[in-house]
Amino acid sequence: MNLEYDAKEQQFRKQVRSFIEANLPADLRAKVLNHKRLTREDYRKWHLILYAQGWVAPNWPREYGGAAWTPVQRHIWEEETTRAGAPNVISFGINMLGPVLMEFGTKAQKDHYLPRILNCEDWWCQGYSEPGSGSDLASLKTSAEWIEDESGAYYLVNGQKTWTTLAQHANMIFCLVRTTTSMRKQEGISFLLINMKSQGVSLRPIITLDEDHEINEVFFDNVRVPVDNLVGEENLGWTYAKYLLSHERNNVAEVGRSKRELRFLKHLAMTTPSQNGSLLDDPLFARKVALLEAEMMALEITNLRVVSSDHGNSEPGPEVSMLKIVGTEVQQRLTELMVETVGPYSLPFDVDFLEGRRETAVTGHDAAAPLTAHYLNFRKASIYGGSNEIQKNIISRMILGL
Amino acid sequence: MDFTLTEEQAQLSDTLCRWLEKEYGFEQRRDTIASKNGTCARAWTGLSDLGLLALPVPEVLNGFGASGADMFGVMEALGKALLVEPYLATVSGIEFLKHDQDRFAGLLGQAASGVVRLACALGERQSRFDRFDVEMTTRIEGGAHVLNGRKTVVVHGAQADHLIVSARTAGNTRDPDGITLFVVPSDIRGLCRTDYRTIDGMRAADIEFANVRLPDSARLGAAGEAWPIIDAVSDYTCALLCAEAVGIMQAVNDTTLEYLKMRRQFDQPIGAYQALQHRMAELFIEVEQARSLAMLAASVARSDETSKRRHTISAAMIRVGQAATRVGQEVIQMHGGIGMSNEMQVAHYFKRLSVFGALEGDIDHHVARLARQPEFRHPD
Repeated sequence: MNLEYDAKEQQFRKQVRSFIEANLPADLRAKVLNHKRLTREDYRKWHLILYAQGWVAPNWPREYGGAAWTPVQRHIWEEETTRAGAPNVISFGINMLGPVLMEFGTKAQKDHYLPRILNCEDWWCQGYSEPGSGSDLASLKTSAEWIEDESGAYYLVNGQKTWTTLAQHANMIFCLVRTTTSMRKQEGISFLLINMKSQGVSLRPIITLDEDHEINEVFFDNVRVPVDNLVGEENLGWTYAKYLLSHERNNVAEVGRSKRELRFLKHLAMTTPSQNGSLLDDPLFARKVALLEAEMMALEITNLRVVSSDHGNSEPGPEVSMLKIVGTEVQQRLTELMVETVGPYSLPFDVDFLEGRRETAVTGHDAAAPLTAHYLNFRKASIYGGSNEIQKNIISRMILGL
Repeated sequence: MDFTLTEEQAQLSDTLCRWLEKEYGFEQRRDTIASKNGTCARAWTGLSDLGLLALPVPEVLNGFGASGADMFGVMEALGKALLVEPYLATVSGIEFLKHDQDRFAGLLGQAASGVVRLACALGERQSRFDRFDVEMTTRIEGGAHVLNGRKTVVVHGAQADHLIVSARTAGNTRDPDGITLFVVPSDIRGLCRTDYRTIDGMRAADIEFANVRLPDSARLGAAGEAWPIIDAVSDYTCALLCAEAVGIMQAVNDTTLEYLKMRRQFDQPIGAYQALQHRMAELFIEVEQARSLAMLAASVARSDETSKRRHTISAAMIRVGQAATRVGQEVIQMHGGIGMSNEMQVAHYFKRLSVFGALEGDIDHHVARLARQPEFRHPD
């Protein structure tokens, strides 16, 4: 048992740190650190900087243009980039579709799509959830019918997806569609790649309770999809979906971000006056922060225990559910305490400031302005990616055998 | 970075677990608790034959020089077995003696071979968890140190052959400076011990010192400068307690899981109910989170970076303390009526988990301490 990072890992951290210092644009950093909303161009900018360095796909093997880092290196990378206030690399292409194509795609699919994911030519979104099939994903209804006519063979897709994150920025969507209804509901599902520009695809924004446009409904009305866009075999989509979900859970603990947010919270509390000096000197408030800090320290080690046990590239096991639950609870608690810290300045809802149309907040201070919206937005964390209740089902079934 | 036990650590832990299963069953333990002395000579010999007492003693004194990480697996195993012998008290005592190794080499050797047992007499009526709050006095008289005062709830104080005692040579009651440590043979004149059972099946004593005269050779470390040593040993003890609690929680979770699969109500195992499945999943998380910080605590248990050590140890005491309370209470609830029976092992696990915070500081104590460290005020 040795809980220290070894010399190579420390060296790697240094290398990462100096790269970020030299390359992360200051305006992007400021936006991220202050919880402001990012544009498509913001995400793209950072993506392309990483692409130029060859670091945009830490988990991909070198043959496909990835960095092929070990799980511990990836952890360090995540910690350092988030610490510095870099935006997330949007994970749909890099972390989700990429690994599926490498494992199950045809050579033509790999050759065409993988480089386009790396250089951000394609922006992917994920067509999984549907109205009525949330956690019970396998009950999905969007249909893809195999048609052969004078123009050749194609799939005719009809149905609706929902909660589609950042679909307004995407030109491609990977979808789970039902190709057969006669089988068990987990069978008869296929994995299809669809161009968002196809005739019959339409989009409707869903404005979330923080009045942000982050998610969408996607409608398919007699959309023709080339049969070459099928990944793997027809009706085996559920297998690929599960494989993808296991990769979706990379970095599910979000330790790096939570550490950054804890620092933010403390600075905020230290500059907030209270009867005892600063709010962080108030024993009642300090207690809340200290309890959260202990939970986070434990999460960091729990995460490292899971990460470092993954020596090869084995799929993460059910213990990842634990990371999802604790990780999201910690994130939510952080947002809660931030709102509490700024007190009355949590009230103003300053959309112009949030979206960068105005330089300074309408009242209070700039750091305070986005926090309530941020808190509201983060209620999603215990719902998405399999709700925390579903994660408890997974632990009780797969780890405890209940 | 490596979270696995080394081969030696795993081997020791395995051997110990096998020995405990064979020689230290629940009934054996019950008899020990009921006995006059509250400890079992045969078990003590067994532990010492396994090398457990020599483990933390430096190699130059025929010990094994074990690290905090080495002790993790041992304490975890002892937790699972709910050991009531004065092992932890002796190991903490050894940790004190190591701070003045030359002077106490002989006693360390005896402790390593299991010939003597130690206890740490630090707490007083007014001190709660503040080990610097010392009223017990000592004055020099005819070349001897003369101790007067009273120590309370000294774990295994009456079963120990030697006591490590803190007394004030200068300063006010709550002044960290001016405290001196002494190693006191328990049969010395003027020392009176009141032995009693503790709620978790162990023993503790209140100890009265009435003009106890000690030669200067009984002094441990420099006069008036004991606080950093006391602080360091308390942190070390905390790390061991965390490891023990993790062992207990793992055992009690395993037991409860079995019970949920076996116990039937309304024609199905109660473990088929989602209300219980989710609670059991939450307890699983409690133990893993507690284990993570207990491992971290073990790895910094002897660190010289004082404030970082305090920060980490307190975080562990907080998180393990929360888990201990929650897991203890929940497993009793999930066992239903049978969990309330003193015949059930789960009840005894619960009792030991319940005293966790009372031994080396409860959650509030450690929250306040964590918040005082520079690491809390000045995040990097």
